[in-house]
Amino acid sequence: MGSNNNTLVKLKNVGYHQNDKWLVKGVSLEVEKGKIVTLIGPNGSGKSTTAKIALGIYKKIEGEVEKYTNKVGYVPQKVSIDWTLPLRVNDFMVLTENLKDDAINEALSLTGVVHLKNKNLGNLSGGEFQRVLLARAISKKPELLVLDEPVQGVDFTGEIALYALIKKISDELNCGILLISHDLHTVMSATDHVVCLNGHVCCSGSPIDVAKNMEYKALFGEQASQILSVYEHRHDHVHSSEGDIKKN
Amino acid sequence: MFDDFFIRALIAGIGVALVTGPLGCFVVWRRLSYFGDTLSHSALLGVTIAYSFELNIAVSVFLVSSIIALFLIQLQKKTNLPGDALLGLLAHSSLAVGLVVIGFLAFIRFDIMGLLFGDILAVTVNDLIIIWLGGALILLVLKLIWKPLFASTVNYELAEAEGLNPDRAKAIFTILMAAIIAISIKMVGLLLITGMLIIPAAMARNISDNPQKMVLFSVIGGLLSVIIGLFSSLEFNTASGPSIITASLVLFILSLLKIKQSIQLKN
Repeated sequence: MGSNNNTLVKLKNVGYHQNDKWLVKGVSLEVEKGKIVTLIGPNGSGKSTTAKIALGIYKKIEGEVEKYTNKVGYVPQKVSIDWTLPLRVNDFMVLTENLKDDAINEALSLTGVVHLKNKNLGNLSGGEFQRVLLARAISKKPELLVLDEPVQGVDFTGEIALYALIKKISDELNCGILLISHDLHTVMSATDHVVCLNGHVCCSGSPIDVAKNMEYKALFGEQASQILSVYEHRHDHVHSSEGDIKKN
Repeated sequence: MFDDFFIRALIAGIGVALVTGPLGCFVVWRRLSYFGDTLSHSALLGVTIAYSFELNIAVSVFLVSSIIALFLIQLQKKTNLPGDALLGLLAHSSLAVGLVVIGFLAFIRFDIMGLLFGDILAVTVNDLIIIWLGGALILLVLKLIWKPLFASTVNYELAEAEGLNPDRAKAIFTILMAAIIAISIKMVGLLLITGMLIIPAAMARNISDNPQKMVLFSVIGGLLSVIIGLFSSLEFNTASGPSIITASLVLFILSLLKIKQSIQLKN
């Protein structure tokens, strides 16, 4: 993995520990312009932690992070808005950058929630809120987009549409995307590189084209099979329930 | 015009309310009311130091409160005590030390009630200058750090990830808190400054659906509280601080009617 002009962020053997427990260790990965990197792994495997290391939210880390852009859009896994803070979708859209009304409308239309513009954030459903989060992240036309489970709580058709949108954004803006998937086995077809985490990098590779697989086409439907792919894990070790790692 | 003590108090109060309005919103949003209490209690120490060394009260309070605030941030990093215990520790110990020092300053005529609850008779033309210049400076700095401060109030990680440097904004905001306490101590008194920060903001929350509105209503609420409070202070010969805070409480109670209304609308 030699870095070149297209590299946006590069993690070199990074790790992070909290209260004497390693959340992730020895993770290396690179996000380039126009490329989509998907992180998968079970709960607590350090996906969000890895994203936060890449974003510079966690600073006391082991290893090195090289970041070549400041134009970052981030969809966190969880955002809770306190009642004490009255906040409409419109106010949330301009949180980190001043945008013209047109840009706000455009981004909200892309994720299909422009009708919610003047609604209070606290009154949105989970799926609607995810769409607003995604709209906010793309509205500033970032070079690096970090999406932590961007389609959680979105219905299946919506999920397919949002993945299609993410692909479109990646093509149009030519931005690099670090995507965390909530699913262990299906990833976006457009993914260039999949990294499977479980405290460390378990395996990595590229996804298999689902569209070619009749079984999956039957399962997900014609449109979905063009958007989603399966990722076949090739692990050379197993994690026991005690947390030991055994080589196969 | 400035010869009249009441006019001076009114102008001072208006200046204070213009600044506590927006700052108070952040105090409510960031859950800093106990932090405000700690800083204002430590202000007593600042006042006694000012008397001992014949310094300007506002300057001395500002310095002492800033030092206590920075000390608190260090303590939070270095100890495992919960935040509220640390706040209580600093609030009461600095209040106690302040009162002990007053004991030693028996030779100076000291209006302790005025310090604790505000004294409109004490506002001088010099104080007016400090309040309006200091207040303008506070608002200017707040405007400059608004974006990162507000973004990190909504979500710290988002602000950090998208390059807004929320830690710096937080540190500057802490200094602004010390500054507002320094300039409003004579008006409201050190026991009631936090009330001046949070009650108009809480009232504003009840009648606002977006942050700009909340700031605006918080300022208006603060102004009304000052004007109503000062006139009743003059009329009934009560201390200025409690009168202002009582007025703001009445406004808060009125704003609850609006909440009740909107809940009924929803049902």
